[in-house]
Amino acid sequence: MYELSELTKKYETKRGPISALNKVTLSIPTGQMVAIQGPTGGGKSTLLQMLGALERPTSGTVTLGGEELSAMPDSRLAEIRARTIGFVFQGFNLIPTLTAQENVETALAPLGLSNSDRRLRARAALEKVGLGERLTHHPAELSGGQQQRVAIARALVKEPKVLLADEPTGNLDEQTRDEIMELLEGLWRDEGLTLIIVTHDSAVAKRAERRLYLKHGSVTEKK
Amino acid sequence: MFGTYLYRELSNRRKQTAIIAAGMALAIALVMIVNGVAAGVRDAQATVLASVYGVGTDITVTQEPIQPGGGEEGAPQEGPRFEFGAEDGDTANGTTALSQSSLTSGIGSSTFDADALTTALSLDSVAAATATLALSNVSFSGEVAAPTTTDTGETAPGEGTQQGGRGGPDGAGGSAFNVDTFTVTGIDVAGESVGPLTSVELVDGRAFESSDSDANVVILDTSYATTSSLTVGDSLEIGGEEFEVIGTVTSTSADATTASNTYIPLDTAQRVADLENQISTVYVQAASSTDIAAVQTALQTELPDASVKTQEDLASSVSGSLSTASDLVGKLGTWLSIIVLAAAFLISVLLTTSGVARRTREFGTLKAIGWSNGAVVRQVAGESLVQGAIGGVIGVAIGLLGILAINIAAPVLSASATATATTGQGAGAGGGGGGNRFGDAATTAAATTDIALQIPVTFGIIGIAVALAILGGLIAGAFGGWRAARLRPAEALRSVA
Repeated sequence: MYELSELTKKYETKRGPISALNKVTLSIPTGQMVAIQGPTGGGKSTLLQMLGALERPTSGTVTLGGEELSAMPDSRLAEIRARTIGFVFQGFNLIPTLTAQENVETALAPLGLSNSDRRLRARAALEKVGLGERLTHHPAELSGGQQQRVAIARALVKEPKVLLADEPTGNLDEQTRDEIMELLEGLWRDEGLTLIIVTHDSAVAKRAERRLYLKHGSVTEKK
Repeated sequence: MFGTYLYRELSNRRKQTAIIAAGMALAIALVMIVNGVAAGVRDAQATVLASVYGVGTDITVTQEPIQPGGGEEGAPQEGPRFEFGAEDGDTANGTTALSQSSLTSGIGSSTFDADALTTALSLDSVAAATATLALSNVSFSGEVAAPTTTDTGETAPGEGTQQGGRGGPDGAGGSAFNVDTFTVTGIDVAGESVGPLTSVELVDGRAFESSDSDANVVILDTSYATTSSLTVGDSLEIGGEEFEVIGTVTSTSADATTASNTYIPLDTAQRVADLENQISTVYVQAASSTDIAAVQTALQTELPDASVKTQEDLASSVSGSLSTASDLVGKLGTWLSIIVLAAAFLISVLLTTSGVARRTREFGTLKAIGWSNGAVVRQVAGESLVQGAIGGVIGVAIGLLGILAINIAAPVLSASATATATTGQGAGAGGGGGGNRFGDAATTAAATTDIALQIPVTFGIIGIAVALAILGGLIAGAFGGWRAARLRPAEALRSVA
């Protein structure tokens, strides 16, 4: 699925360049569940953004399904994000003015579906995450766990090949964390997704097939 | 999705929508009212000008006086001079009754060769043209003490010396006389589609016919006919000749008087005033409004000594509170509109761009889940456009209410357009006998009127308002969209992490 070769990302700051990723070489096969751990500032989120076609590397390459992301124009990257990659964020990132169903529909807007198809698929996705009764609720009317379920439904409604989750349980209590992880694991198994989770939480990381540790921009395998 | 998202955003961010829409509405309403008042003032000016220059006149050709002196073409006319011989008048009871009238082109006005009309008619893009001769008739009538003969046989007129109890008409040995002045316009009886008579309608009698071309017939302005107690069939002395009143006319505008007190055939006017082949104004109608400038230039080239003016130039000759209103609208109103409009646009732009800044995570998320830059920009621009449109609709409604209020109040503006006519009356008394006073005999207004300002509501004004609202929305949307487009999804998400 993913092939990373000599991937380097540097940010220019007033104090000089900071190396977030340092010649990372990595392969992630299709259908694998990977947890990425590491200290704050170690480069976890930057790596996730590279995998999600949100950021371009300073040097090196990222290949997804045989296509090199770093060489693509922005419009093609947007298309890949729209069809192939699903995102789940720590802060849920739902649009506060839209209902749960409309939030899920936003992920289908770039696909050019008809209104009725969009609604049907959004409802089905919300029912799958257990929120069939909350279609017309706004984010402010939902609990943190429910909001994250809406975010997961939004990520999965387009049937992506990859699901990237950045601290998906970071804002949740333990019980809700476990519920969300069970949901993600279930979807991963059922949908055959490649699931990559960035987390500080060892309990979450232990659920993954493979654990990577990222420190000072360098990746090591964690047994 | 676009419509749902847009509706949700605007309805959930009511405060921002209300502020932008209110600012835009205020600006649009002000622009509408200022434009409307300007149109109303223009209409009022056109009414005043039409009463002087006629309907359909695009250009007038006159000749400015070149230097004092009589006789030479273009030279200003001097005042009329009345000369009486010793045997003139009827003498009875020690007084002599004298009467004389003179038809001239008026003090300070000038005439020029009628070939100018032929020149105008020969030009391309001239649909019609006609010439007039503006004149002033001054009548002197009164009684003076009969002259006394001195030892040397010389006569000293007007000395007012009393002998043997003889007295003048005032009973004190002096004299009394009236000087009556009215305006006379010589016009082409062929009835061209331009000229002063195009803005009048017949009240009584008949209009000129081709057979009247050199006849002593006159048509009166109804106001003048009323004040002079003249009706159709009466006679009126003009330039020492008797004229038959064949009709009376009034201005087609309820507010204005006609350009002249009396109208006579052009040939007759030239003959009686001893101004053969002379005219004072050529009225020109261009084939279309786009030809006016070209015709003006061509006329100026062909007639280098002439003063060639368009209706726009002539509007400056309108004075009074209408002129003040015009200036006010043209300067203060326009600048106020621009300032308020700029402020509304600025508020709209600032609120839109700050809204985009506030929604950084939202747009970053949308880009992360696959929205293209174009889709995000369309969303931002669409929201701004609708906010502008809401402001536009409210603004049009407020503007229409404002216009309605002004039309109901109908503020009265006085206006006058200067022409070549003169009016005046003088009386002198006393032993000197020479107290001929022409106090009002300088050039005065030919058409003075009070006009109730009425603002026309046109699709043009509403169209301008709607276009400005859309423009405001587009400008704000362009700024907001530009800012949203510059957001890189990773940076947008990182900035709020």
